[in-house]
Amino acid sequence: MTTTTPLTLEQLETGQEIATGAYEISRDSLVRYAGASGDFNPIHYNDTAARDAGLPGVIAHGMLTMGTAVNVVAGLLGDGARITAYSTRFSAPIEVPATGSVTLAVRAVVGKIDPEAGTVQLTLEASVDGTAVLGRARVSVQIHERSA
Amino acid sequence: MASAPDPSFAGRTYPAGPVHVVSGAKIAEFARATGATSAIHTDPEAAAAAGHRGVVATPTFLVSLAQATEAQYIEDPAAGIDFTRVVHGEESFELACPVVAGDRLVPTLTVERVRSAGGHTMVTTRVDVADEAGDPVAVVRSMLVVRGA
Repeated sequence: MTTTTPLTLEQLETGQEIATGAYEISRDSLVRYAGASGDFNPIHYNDTAARDAGLPGVIAHGMLTMGTAVNVVAGLLGDGARITAYSTRFSAPIEVPATGSVTLAVRAVVGKIDPEAGTVQLTLEASVDGTAVLGRARVSVQIHERSA
Repeated sequence: MASAPDPSFAGRTYPAGPVHVVSGAKIAEFARATGATSAIHTDPEAAAAAGHRGVVATPTFLVSLAQATEAQYIEDPAAGIDFTRVVHGEESFELACPVVAGDRLVPTLTVERVRSAGGHTMVTTRVDVADEAGDPVAVVRSMLVVRGA
């Protein structure tokens, strides 16, 4: 996977890929996320409900995808570093088969760096089988407090 | 239920509250469910060693509080939102400070936009999350697409 050494701004360059991750999503994952989040929409566990809603079958919660993808950044945060913003669009649903799992592939790319503010923006690219599932996924990280 | 989202709800702000006490057990369960592996989300001693008052929530944890607050609008029959036709379009979090077990949070809901285009309606909500003193903790925005008939 990726380094777990905390980021310093001096190491970073806009456009640089700084982390990748692969996360398995199964029906079990959806059940656990439903319980953890309180989102019991049946399109996330019941194929009939999903098809009645016009979907091919059960799909993952968009918020499970969003919550999972950001883990790629977690290993990069040292003491005092903090995610200050995270936003995304949901560009394609993730169909989750009744058995087995699908793989959410994520890479984090460096965007704008502000050394004076001590912040960096990262773009997350997240896909399943080559199809992007998150669009304009951006994470803002405060690496350290603003320099005096 | 109205047949389509009612645009007159745009701009409406709901009364603040109720106070929500953040659960360490829920923080840990949510971290496990989203694959976050750091012990600061599940182990109070690890969180304390990292300087926190309790286990620390992951970045999207507040979605649960936000969605429970958004329900005031989404589940109101007068709002005209057919939940069987809803697709999640966008979500964003602005996080002013860490959210920690035991925090007492006050959510306030505003319906920011109700916009129709191409036979669908996009409803955007904002939940401002503050502590009991009124200091900002987070802003959660959500855009749902209500597909047309």
